[in-house]
Amino acid sequence: MSEKSSVNWAEIEAKPEFRALLAKKKAFIVPVFVFCMFYYLALPVLVGYCPEMMKTKVWGEVNVAYVFALSQFIVAWVVAFLYVRVAAKWDKSAAALIHGH
Amino acid sequence: MNIPLIMFLAFVGLTLLITFWAAKKNTGASAYFAAGRSITGWQNGLAVAGDYMSAASFLGISGMIYVAGYDGFMYSVGFLVAYITVLLIVAEPLRNAGKYTMADLLAYRLKPRPVRALASLSTLVVSTFYMIAQMVGAGAIIKQLIGINFESAVIGVGVLMLVYVVFGGMLATTWVQIIKALLLMVGAIMLSYLVLQFHHFSFTEFFNAVAHADYGGSAEPKNLMEPGLKFGVAVAGPWGPIDLISLCLGLVLGTAGLPHILVRFYTVPDAKTARSSVVWAMAIIGAFYIMTTLFGFGAATIIEKALLTTDGKLDVNMVAPILAKVLGGEFFFAFISAVAFATILAVVAGLTMSASASFAHDFYSNVIHHGKANRPGQEIRVARITAFCVGAASIAFAIYLGPTVNAAFLVGLAFSVAASANLPVIVLSVFWKRFNTSGAVVGLAVGLVASIVLILLSPSGIYGKEGAPFPLSNPGIVSIPIGFIAAWLGTILTPRDLEAEAKFAELKVRAHTGLGSEKATAH
Repeated sequence: MSEKSSVNWAEIEAKPEFRALLAKKKAFIVPVFVFCMFYYLALPVLVGYCPEMMKTKVWGEVNVAYVFALSQFIVAWVVAFLYVRVAAKWDKSAAALIHGH
Repeated sequence: MNIPLIMFLAFVGLTLLITFWAAKKNTGASAYFAAGRSITGWQNGLAVAGDYMSAASFLGISGMIYVAGYDGFMYSVGFLVAYITVLLIVAEPLRNAGKYTMADLLAYRLKPRPVRALASLSTLVVSTFYMIAQMVGAGAIIKQLIGINFESAVIGVGVLMLVYVVFGGMLATTWVQIIKALLLMVGAIMLSYLVLQFHHFSFTEFFNAVAHADYGGSAEPKNLMEPGLKFGVAVAGPWGPIDLISLCLGLVLGTAGLPHILVRFYTVPDAKTARSSVVWAMAIIGAFYIMTTLFGFGAATIIEKALLTTDGKLDVNMVAPILAKVLGGEFFFAFISAVAFATILAVVAGLTMSASASFAHDFYSNVIHHGKANRPGQEIRVARITAFCVGAASIAFAIYLGPTVNAAFLVGLAFSVAASANLPVIVLSVFWKRFNTSGAVVGLAVGLVASIVLILLSPSGIYGKEGAPFPLSNPGIVSIPIGFIAAWLGTILTPRDLEAEAKFAELKVRAHTGLGSEKATAH
C-alpha cells in the first residue's frame, strides 16, 4: 500500500526460491484440504443415504454415525497440528528469501 | 434480590471496568479497530473461541440436540471442521495483506470503491443475521431469569452492548471475549461433569439412557443416538438428506467468510500468530463442542419438556440453563445464565464492532471519501455512530422475530450467506490472477442475493412450511456454487483488468511472506 515503492515485488515474485515456496505450499494445502472436505462431507452423505449402515452399533449404544462424527474432530486437530509444523518451515524459507534480496 | 441478577451485575460491572480501561488506551484507529495488534496467540485463540461459542453454540445447539439428538450434533461438527478452511486458506493471507477489515484484502488489487461498498453490505447482512440470533437468545434468558418481558430484555442487552462498542472498541471487546470464553469453558465442564454424575460416571449408562431418551419420564423413549430425527427421509421427506448436506457445506465454508471472525486475525502482530491463534481456537472450540454432546444429550435424559415450556411453546434456547438448574440448583443456574448472557453480550459487541468498522473504514472512508485523509478520529466517530444504528436495527428485528426461533438455525443461515457471498471472492482474489473487479462485485452481489432469496423462499421463510417453493431450509448447496460461478463469470465475461493482474505479484508476495504487513503499534 504505502511502502510499496521501495520493494520490487515483481522481482521477488520471479525468484525461483519464491516459486519453489509456493509450489511446496500448494503441494500440502491442496490435497490436504480436498481430503478434509471429502472426509467431512462424507458424514452428511452417508448419514442421509446409508442410514442403516450408520445406525449399526459398534460399542453398546454407540453407533458408526457417532464414531464417525467424533473422528471429524480428531482429523481436524491432526491436520491443524501437521499444518503448523510444516508452516514453520515455510516461514523460514520466506524469511530467507526476503532477507536475501 | 435474586442471585442471577446479582451475578449478571457483577459480570457486567467487571466488563464495564475493562471497557473503561480500554477506552483510555484507545488512541488512534489501529487501537480502536485492531486492539493495536497486540493480542497474543493464545489470547486471540480464546477471543476467537469466545466469539464463536455464541448463543447459537451454547444455547442453540443444546436445544437442537435435546430435540433432535444426533442431527443437532451435526452443527457442532461443522462448526469445528470449518476452522480447517480458515487455517489452510484464509487466515494468514488475510493478516498479511489487509489492515482492518475483510474488504481490505478484497480491495487490495481491485478497484476499491465498488468492492468495498459491496463487501461492506455483505458484512452488514451477515452480521445482522448473526446478531439477531444472539438477541433472541439473550431475550429468552433474561425473560426467564429476571421476569421482564422479551422486548425489554432485548433492549437492555442492546444498550449494554452499545456502551462496550462505542467506548471500548476492539480492545475491550477482545478482553470481554477472552474472559467470557474462560467462564463458558468452566460452565461447560461443570455441566458435563454433573450430567455424567447423574449417570453414575458410566458412559455405558449414559449412552443407554440417550438411546432411550424419555425426557425425564415425560415422553415416549426416543433413540437420540440415531441420525435422522431432523433431516432423515422419514421426518423431512426426500429433501431432508440434501438439506443436511447443504447445511454442512454452509458451515464448513462459512466461517472463512464471517467478517467478525476474520477481523480477529488483525488483532495479532503477524501471520504466524494468526495461525497459532486458529489452532488455539480449534482446541478450545473442539473440546467445547464435544461437551455439547454430553449436556445436550444428557438434558434429554433428565429434563421434562414441561420445564421448558412457556405458553405452550417449547423454549428451545433454554435447555442448558434449565439443565444447570435441575442438576445444580439455583446457584449453578444463575452462573450458567450469567455466562450465557455474557456470551451473548460479548458476541454482539464483536459483531457490532466488525460491522461498524466495515461501514466506517470501507464505505465511509474509502467509498465516500476516496480514502483521503480525514480529520483525526473521524473514521472512529463514524464507526461509533454506525454501531449505534446497527444495534438499534438488530434489536428491532429480534423483537419482531420473537423468542421461539432457534438461535443455531439463524446462525446457520448467516454461515450460508457468508459462504456464498464472501468466501468465493476472498479465495479468487488471493489465488486467481485473472480475477477482476467485475468478478468481485458480481460474486458478492449474486452470492448475497441468491442466499437471501433462497432463505426467503424456504420453508422457514415468508411462505411458511407448506407453500415454500424452495424445499431446503439451508441454501448452501445451491447458493455457494452460484456465488463461485457468478464471480467466475463476472470475471471472464468482462475485459481483463491489467492493473489488477499486474498487482497480483505484489499480493502474492505479501500474502505468502508477510513482507510489508501492518505492524503492531505501541500503546
